[in-house]
Amino acid sequence: MKNIVYIILGTLFGIILTKSEVISWFRIRKMFLFQEPYMFLIIGSAIAVGILSVLLLKKFNVKSFNGEKLNFSGKEYNKGFIWGGLLFGVGWAITGACPGPIFAQIGAGEYPALFTLSGAIIGAFLYKYLKPTLPH
Amino acid sequence: MEMINQNWDWYISGPLIGLFVPLLYIVGNNMFGISSSFEHICSILLPKNKAKKLSIDPNANRWKFYFVIGIAIGALISVYVLSDEKVRFLPDVYYSVGGYAQLFFGGLLIGFGTRYANGCTSGHAITGISLLNFASLKSTIAFFIGGVIFTFIAVYLFN
Repeated sequence: MKNIVYIILGTLFGIILTKSEVISWFRIRKMFLFQEPYMFLIIGSAIAVGILSVLLLKKFNVKSFNGEKLNFSGKEYNKGFIWGGLLFGVGWAITGACPGPIFAQIGAGEYPALFTLSGAIIGAFLYKYLKPTLPH
Repeated sequence: MEMINQNWDWYISGPLIGLFVPLLYIVGNNMFGISSSFEHICSILLPKNKAKKLSIDPNANRWKFYFVIGIAIGALISVYVLSDEKVRFLPDVYYSVGGYAQLFFGGLLIGFGTRYANGCTSGHAITGISLLNFASLKSTIAFFIGGVIFTFIAVYLFN
């Protein structure tokens, strides 16, 4: 039952990503070349709504449906935030997709994105495998 | 209906994307983030003892697995039901063996990079900054530095 809720939420998210063309390689290229403000406005307004939402959730002490106190602790910094971030940025520029849009490109029928997904799964595995040897 | 079938402009889609931060908190105290779904897929593909050895917890990110299945379904609905004309999301050059290789390599960087950075656009740029976490802001800046440098080299040196 719970899984169905996440499939429905994911479906709504996939519709938004696709209808706004956030999953478009062409939009991502224009973003990284600073040729149009479109993607920056999307990410910026999403963050603005996110900040406001978190403030409201905190102010009204909102609990989750299962009655838990919400966990607002941010992720703790390590060097990987920079090194991994740089590598991810290059991958985003090549494929025109960050993790969510990979699945959306596949659903939208751009089947070469299956190669992006295979790479991403193997890349995640490689990270887990090499983790002890990497600077953190 | 006509409006729905057009491109949804940033002032509609951006705020809607931001709403997933509170939505996922309220539904199950989840921090919105997508890249750890790759780890969950690893835990499905790998034998149990191997996943455990790599400290991949098969329960930590299960909801994200269902969420990304939904993303693909949503994209399918957008293209086949909610669009008047076909919009392309990948250039034609990627429909070739060389293109597949490039996408695979880019995918490797996405999977490796996002797990190394412990987050992606949703986890760091949107959720992390919404929590006013400075570490997530730094990682987001790194995403853009990597993407801008690569794109400028690809476009101005090799084109």
